[in-house]
Amino acid sequence: MSNTTKLVSANLKKRYAKERRFKFYGIFSITLSLTFLLFLLFDIVSKCLPVFTQSYVELDIDFAPKYLNLEEKSSYSKEELFNANYQKLINNSLYKLFPEVKARKQKRILRKFVSSGAQYKLRDLVIDNPKIIGDTKSIWLLTDDDIDSFIKGLIDENAPESERRVKDFQINWIKSLQAKDKIDSKLNINFLTNSDSREPEQAGILGALKGSFYTMLITLLLSFPIGVGAAIYLEEFAPKNYWIDIIEVNINNLAAVPSIVFGILGLAIYINFFGIPRSAPIAGGLVLSLMTLPVIIISTRVAIKSVPPSIREAALGLGASKMQVITHHVIPLAMPGILTGSIIGMAQALGESAPLLMIGMVAFVADVPQSFFDPATVLPVQIFIWADSPERAFIALTSAAIVVLLVFLFLMNLSAIILRKKFENKQ
Amino acid sequence: MKDIKQNLTQELDQTSGNPLLEENIKISCRKVNVYYHKNVQSIFNVSFDIAKNQIMAMIGPSGCGKSTLLRCFNRMNDMIEECVVDGDIKLDGENIHSKNIDPVILRASVGMVFQKPNPFPKSIYDNVAYGPKLHGLVRNSSELDDIVEESLTKAGLWKETKDCLSKAGTSLSGGQQQRLCIARTIAIKPEVILMDEPTSALDPIATATIEELMYELKSSYTIAVVTHSMQQAARISDRTAYFHLGRLVEVNDTNTVFTNPVHELTENYITGRFG
Repeated sequence: MSNTTKLVSANLKKRYAKERRFKFYGIFSITLSLTFLLFLLFDIVSKCLPVFTQSYVELDIDFAPKYLNLEEKSSYSKEELFNANYQKLINNSLYKLFPEVKARKQKRILRKFVSSGAQYKLRDLVIDNPKIIGDTKSIWLLTDDDIDSFIKGLIDENAPESERRVKDFQINWIKSLQAKDKIDSKLNINFLTNSDSREPEQAGILGALKGSFYTMLITLLLSFPIGVGAAIYLEEFAPKNYWIDIIEVNINNLAAVPSIVFGILGLAIYINFFGIPRSAPIAGGLVLSLMTLPVIIISTRVAIKSVPPSIREAALGLGASKMQVITHHVIPLAMPGILTGSIIGMAQALGESAPLLMIGMVAFVADVPQSFFDPATVLPVQIFIWADSPERAFIALTSAAIVVLLVFLFLMNLSAIILRKKFENKQ
Repeated sequence: MKDIKQNLTQELDQTSGNPLLEENIKISCRKVNVYYHKNVQSIFNVSFDIAKNQIMAMIGPSGCGKSTLLRCFNRMNDMIEECVVDGDIKLDGENIHSKNIDPVILRASVGMVFQKPNPFPKSIYDNVAYGPKLHGLVRNSSELDDIVEESLTKAGLWKETKDCLSKAGTSLSGGQQQRLCIARTIAIKPEVILMDEPTSALDPIATATIEELMYELKSSYTIAVVTHSMQQAARISDRTAYFHLGRLVEVNDTNTVFTNPVHELTENYITGRFG
């Protein structure tokens, strides 16, 4: 054995051990992060499951005009029907169901057995079909969130009564109704069709989802063309001098500015100076664009830099002008990188809530926004608002909103990956 | 070695051999100086002519400025900031730095093939069709098809690729890629083809194919080729220019340069004593 081989073989074991250790560290960290991720997902998904269903109670509603606070006559105007007292219908049918309830306090609690939104269902029913007045019909109505939580088993029956939101007599009502098959659980469509509400059983995600969608659309439409344009100018056309260096350093700094600062800036400039409506997706989109711009500029510059100079030379040598070199070769080749950077920026913006605090997007918005100028809230803010609410049923709603946010994010990433693949295949 | 350096400063201001021609001139250089970064000069006072329909080989040790000079002929050095070209370079008697000549038009008539094959990451067809489409040389797709076929045939690549024109240009072998780059260059019908060490990244068989190709192309184009291989220069070129440290040492008919060099430096280089 030569001297070199001896030295090498003496070290060899150590070298391989090092390699094995390194591999182990890698596997260990991947396992650890996967465990955390799975734990998180499991926790969120299991907590959001109760949102899928809602409990309904079947009530025999007597649509007598006297209960509706209406005079007896053959036909009613739409306005009269709209202003009639529908809560009274529900109250009456509940009293009939439990004639033993006499005490004022218990009666008040009994009235709250059904969701406060149920009366609007009856109103719509009567306005659609006024002939129903005078008849008695059995109708499934949404229960209150506490009752719903108990039926779903989220409230421990064995806990002391004073620590329970559902009292013993309420439990008896539920059990007697269940015995009569008058309680059923149905698919929850309110969650997907409603906006925010004080009542958890009526609260939905649609408002926040649309708000997020409009805000992201504004952010994308503003920051993508401006960011890519700025990056192309800086990388391809800008002279290499002192001023450009300063601009470059500042762009890099902007990417590291805490997002709430952009919110203050947006409040001062967009809302106070330009008078853009507060809480509107347009204001949110403008603020988030400020945040996303530096990310897109930096990643686009990196992507442009990585286009091989030989391709530029080839095109130039054939007589392409500078602009043609950029549009025919540099941008298509840089596109996958540009898209990756943009999607990272957009994903950050989607999950951002701090700058939106400053421009009034943390608000209780009960209407689904119909345009870029309507008051709206966004998904992360909705999660914050629900997580902050005391009612028990909001726990499930919070988790469900997180799931919706993750799905939104997943779809965004998926579209970026598909676009990327398309650009890569073209080449 | 010390002697050589002394000789250099004393004698190199004058080029030995026959740098200038009387007729049939395609490209002429007069007192060309090239500077990088203001004070770093890489080409010193170079004057010589390149004849029409001939192959001019430019040889010399690494860093002697032959590639820099070649890139002056189609103004590729414009892209490098702080690179200043001084002196007259004329194509068919017209100064290429004059205001009448746009670099885009110049590059359409002076094509270039690079050291490393650099096909676009597109199909073979699109690689060749890019130039004609760019300059609007064709009116319809059948004309374009004809140009693509003609160029690929001239570059000796048609037989191998006619059935797979939609395949990516980058999927070809190195030698095929370089021939594709030549086809791409001749598709815009330039008058001059500049080749910057076109075979240095290729194996001997691919090199032979390219050399044959250059020989054939000579009848319709003027070719200036930078090469590290003296055998290659001897095989293919009509005239040879020898550069040393940014100075043009000797220009002459290839035969004369290789059999009967005038300058001591040239002799040393071609006999392999240094370089």
